[in-house]
Amino acid sequence: MEVITTFLNGLSLGGVYALIALGYTMVYGIAKMLNFAHGDVIMVGGYTVMVFFNLTGQPLVAALIAVVFCSLVGVVIEKLAYKPLRGASPLAVLITAIGVSYLLESLAQIIFGSSHKIVMLADLGKLILGSLVIDLNTVVTLLSAIAIMAALTLFVNKTKTGKAMLAVSEDRHAAELMGVSVNKIIMITFAIGSALAAVAGTFYILKTPDVSTTMGAMPGIKAFTAAVIGGIGSIPGAMLGGILLGVIETVCNAIPALSNFSIAIEFGLLIIILLVKPTGLLGKKKREKV
Amino acid sequence: MNLKNYISLIKKGFKIKNFINYFVVIAVTLIFGLISGIGGLNRSTLALLEQIGYSVIAAVSLSLVVGFLGELSLGHAAFMSLGAFTGSLFQNAVFPSLSSSAPLLSLILAMIIGGIIAGLFGFIIGLPALRLKGDYLAIVTLAFGEIIKIIFQNMDLFGGVMGFQNKYRYDINSLFIVIFVVLLLALAVIQNLIRSKHGRAVMAVRDNEIAAKSMGVNVSYYKIAVFVISAVIAGVAGVLFANTQSTIKSSKFDYNYSINLLVMVVLGGMGNVNGTLLASTVITFIDVKLATILTGDLAVIKNIVYALILIVMVIYNNAPSLKKFRERFNLTNAFNALKKFILTLFNKKKKTKNSAEEVEFGADWSKIPTKIEMDAILSTDLKPDETYDPDVPDKGAKR
Repeated sequence: MEVITTFLNGLSLGGVYALIALGYTMVYGIAKMLNFAHGDVIMVGGYTVMVFFNLTGQPLVAALIAVVFCSLVGVVIEKLAYKPLRGASPLAVLITAIGVSYLLESLAQIIFGSSHKIVMLADLGKLILGSLVIDLNTVVTLLSAIAIMAALTLFVNKTKTGKAMLAVSEDRHAAELMGVSVNKIIMITFAIGSALAAVAGTFYILKTPDVSTTMGAMPGIKAFTAAVIGGIGSIPGAMLGGILLGVIETVCNAIPALSNFSIAIEFGLLIIILLVKPTGLLGKKKREKV
Repeated sequence: MNLKNYISLIKKGFKIKNFINYFVVIAVTLIFGLISGIGGLNRSTLALLEQIGYSVIAAVSLSLVVGFLGELSLGHAAFMSLGAFTGSLFQNAVFPSLSSSAPLLSLILAMIIGGIIAGLFGFIIGLPALRLKGDYLAIVTLAFGEIIKIIFQNMDLFGGVMGFQNKYRYDINSLFIVIFVVLLLALAVIQNLIRSKHGRAVMAVRDNEIAAKSMGVNVSYYKIAVFVISAVIAGVAGVLFANTQSTIKSSKFDYNYSINLLVMVVLGGMGNVNGTLLASTVITFIDVKLATILTGDLAVIKNIVYALILIVMVIYNNAPSLKKFRERFNLTNAFNALKKFILTLFNKKKKTKNSAEEVEFGADWSKIPTKIEMDAILSTDLKPDETYDPDVPDKGAKR
């Protein structure tokens, strides 16, 4: 029975990672850049949830405000820091993203201080089925993550904007010639990615009620690992990678001998997968033209 | 005879700007060495000098990978931690007696061992660099850094989370001299590498890998070589760092420390060793000085300023839309213009003569013959009743 509980916990953690990984992968697919500041958007979301939860006492309202606020933050970051560098070398964009990440962390520390804050959003209780004990928070997280991912898949494949996003990620110049406004699409991508980060931040607080300036760093890096494992730029890949990573982490943590090394195992997996299949599990191989 | 040739060769090829960093480092070492010999340096100044020294060594080694090979490494601190832990393990556990009787020898051996171990891992990290590029490689180096950190944290041999107790350290009063000598060596290695055939090959790989490959550059060899050299130097920096600490904790060498090193390289100007030297010195100095002034949460102001400088710098240096602006207001251009102006002040007579000659020489080409004129000069028009005799050179005919 414990195995099932562990597995469910892993799935729900994987769902959170998948939500974050989607932000990474969409931005990479469409803007062709690594948004290293994405992890810190989670942190911004976490603090926003904290502030508005303390104000209103309503977790849902706080989460909604966080989603809107994070979308705005994402768009502003894109406009100020990344847009001037469109067409510059990837290294320059990556370093700017690192600078933005540093800036967000430092700003949060100035505003909220460096101490960790405890936010008890909600405890939905436990579901007991015979000898099986399931935390309802886990179930809600998992179901919401699945619902959001399904909605996102529908959005990308069925709506006009979503199809435009796919077109831009396929070939930016051709999409531009077909009348797609690339700047607008990139902006929308950043908004959606940051909104997903805010949702992930909320779920993260639900799981571990601890808000700090570096709370986004580790989930961010892990989700990024997940995105790369699944094949960066591929939306199903990010979901697969996220869930895979979440399950592996939870299983490692459940085994006492491995619990100290869970992060090392995850990153080791990343290195091995990249060496065997440099484009990730579901990534497409691109031939380089001279 | 031979020596004379050599000296004249040195005189010819000697440009002060190629060696200026050596002189600066030697001068700093001598000045502070003398002051310390009199006993005029207190502990905090010594610590500052040491910190500047090993930070500069580490930053310069990172600049080899980032600036000259053009690959982003986000796990450079891991090489330092490898050097720090293996080096101090050697100094403390293997030969404690040597460390107390001949500390310099022990330190040098530790640096060699630390360098070799770090270089070994540099080779291991260089292998993925052959298959992966850019963003992917960056995340692999980041993962590598985290893995090394976690492994050290969980090894009882290295003290686990509590850190490694570093009892046998080099004398704190003269450590900075050793550090600066090592810095000098590291600079010599890196600059000679960059200015050699191999360095040009590395830069060719950075600028266009496919073009370099088709010109016969062994890309795999150079990529791995650069990673190994950079790792060795970082490992040595790690050993030196370990000698400044009484407890070595692997949590010091985290992602943030790697980023700090990267900031130094980027602010100094990628692919510019002197810039890295200057930036790492200034940043370390400000870091240490500000740490005493800004305490607690205020210390973050420094990070905000760094982050802003980093963003603005990179955008200013790389934004395609700012290209025209950059060409107009360029520091190098301004410097060259100033140099030209000063030179004209000194060589007024010579300059005018030169320019007059230029005008004279240019006069010959002021009237370039048009195509019709050229045809008239070169053509041999034959009339119907004429025979062509190439021996008669009247029309400039040639065959």
